[in-house]
Amino acid sequence: MALALRHSTYMMWRELLALWRQPWWIGVTLMQPIIWLLLFGELFRSVVEIPGFETSSYIDFLVPGVIIMTAFFGASWGGMGMIQDLDRGVTDRLLVSPLARAALVAGKVMQSAVVILIQSLIMIALALIIGASFPGGIDGVLVMLAMAILLGCSVGALSNGLALRIRKEESLIALLSAVQLPLTFISTAFMQKDLIPGWMQTAADFNPLNWAIEASRTAVLEGGDWGFIAARAGLLLAVLLLAGWFALRSVGAYQRSV
Amino acid sequence: MNAIEAEGLVKTYPPDVRALDGVSFSVPEGVIFGLLGPNGAGKSTTVKILTTLSTPDSGSARVAGHDVLREAARVRRAIGVVAQNPGVDGELTGRENLVLQGRIHGLPGPELRRRADQLLEQFGLAEAADRVARGYSGGMKRRLDIAVALVHRPKVLFLDEPTTGLDPEVRVAMWEEISRLAREEGITILLTTHYLEEADELASQLAIVDRGRIVVQGSPEALKGELQGDAVHVELAEPAQNGDANGALDRLAEVHEVMVDGRMVRARVADGARAVPRVMAALESASIPVASVTVSRPSLDDVYLRYTGRAFAEADAEAGRDDDSEEENR
Repeated sequence: MALALRHSTYMMWRELLALWRQPWWIGVTLMQPIIWLLLFGELFRSVVEIPGFETSSYIDFLVPGVIIMTAFFGASWGGMGMIQDLDRGVTDRLLVSPLARAALVAGKVMQSAVVILIQSLIMIALALIIGASFPGGIDGVLVMLAMAILLGCSVGALSNGLALRIRKEESLIALLSAVQLPLTFISTAFMQKDLIPGWMQTAADFNPLNWAIEASRTAVLEGGDWGFIAARAGLLLAVLLLAGWFALRSVGAYQRSV
Repeated sequence: MNAIEAEGLVKTYPPDVRALDGVSFSVPEGVIFGLLGPNGAGKSTTVKILTTLSTPDSGSARVAGHDVLREAARVRRAIGVVAQNPGVDGELTGRENLVLQGRIHGLPGPELRRRADQLLEQFGLAEAADRVARGYSGGMKRRLDIAVALVHRPKVLFLDEPTTGLDPEVRVAMWEEISRLAREEGITILLTTHYLEEADELASQLAIVDRGRIVVQGSPEALKGELQGDAVHVELAEPAQNGDANGALDRLAEVHEVMVDGRMVRARVADGARAVPRVMAALESASIPVASVTVSRPSLDDVYLRYTGRAFAEADAEAGRDDDSEEENR
């Protein structure tokens, strides 16, 4: 276990070095969320006038949604790096070394967690500039960051596991694109829960992306409700364990197919 | 003790590709052992099993004294692997590639730094050490790949097609480096190749692999020595007449053995220079027109032909056509 952790940090170091050489990449991946934030923030400005809307500023409501969504999207592409490693023979070289099998996926997932943290901090700063407020204070923001990382790690592990099984970039892109947007829209990322259609509310209750959004929003807007936040965090942790198990099984499945 | 022992390795890929059909061989410590065969013969699959990347359907193998199935972790610590598909990390510098591999093998920091410097020097990469490996030439990438495989001083080094895709001069330099490793550092090297001259140049022991089986094993000299005398190669004007040519030459007293393959007729004789006039006369009296005649000392190509019944170049070209299917299975 200690060895697996040490090996994972070596692999994270490798991924971060690669990222360090192209720091503009973080900027590129931020373009879309920034557009969401600015454009949707303006577009739906009057949503707050709907009776019963919980905040008086739509930006305040939108920020946790966009931050979680960005973590979700970014991490879900994590498997692409795995396919690149498979194609270039890097994975095979690592598999015939004493590297702990878990580190093969964990290193990538940990790098993705670091990226999510950096991106979220940049977006929080930007949100403050365009006038968002965080009534839940520092605690609320910390919960939001934790939720983004928790969700990102689960999705990253799933994506890497799928990559080890699918092994073709086009197929992985097709699969990911097919689930990303539906999961985003069947959530409360842009709209308060009691204002979306009933069947969507039910579906959203089973959507891990929505669990992370609701927990973050509760923490950021109200602070307080720790029972609710802990329950959501528990569910997300269960998803993470499941995703990690799947990813580890996928390493075995890949090796059996070589 | 043998550095490598493989016993009855069988591997089938779905749906129904029998990549290995009972491969057995052993490699004594400290030698360069060549696995020679055309593309798709099963060389890479053998290496994958011996390096613990893949598992056989049946059979067993020991590398550096450890069982590849039951003691895979020990095998991994004892081996270095340079696969066909170079595993160099293009986003990292040469030095970082070495340091990462060294850390995975648990080398302590100061020793690892010294080892990395030494390998970079040894493989002529000192100047490029802090450049990102993506920009390296093919030869540099291959040298870095070998340096990475050596960072933990393995007992056994696997080189899968180490010179494929390299320029001729780079290939010769690589040959020198490989022989030096075996000579000076006492590493056992298993090398796969589909270049006859590479096996001839480097390997002190070799096994010829064809269609998932080892057809013959021995030193290149011994294998060539078994083919007594010279080879007379006759190229017929009409391939259809190769049966008649076979019959005509078989009747000659000085011809030990005749093999035909398309328009090529190969006769094994004690003394090539003396046999040619007789061979020509025999063909002429049977009214078989001849396009060309050459006489040669036995080569590995003749050894290959002798044991598989087809010429090496043809087997390689033929295998090249199903190569894609093997690629997909990797």
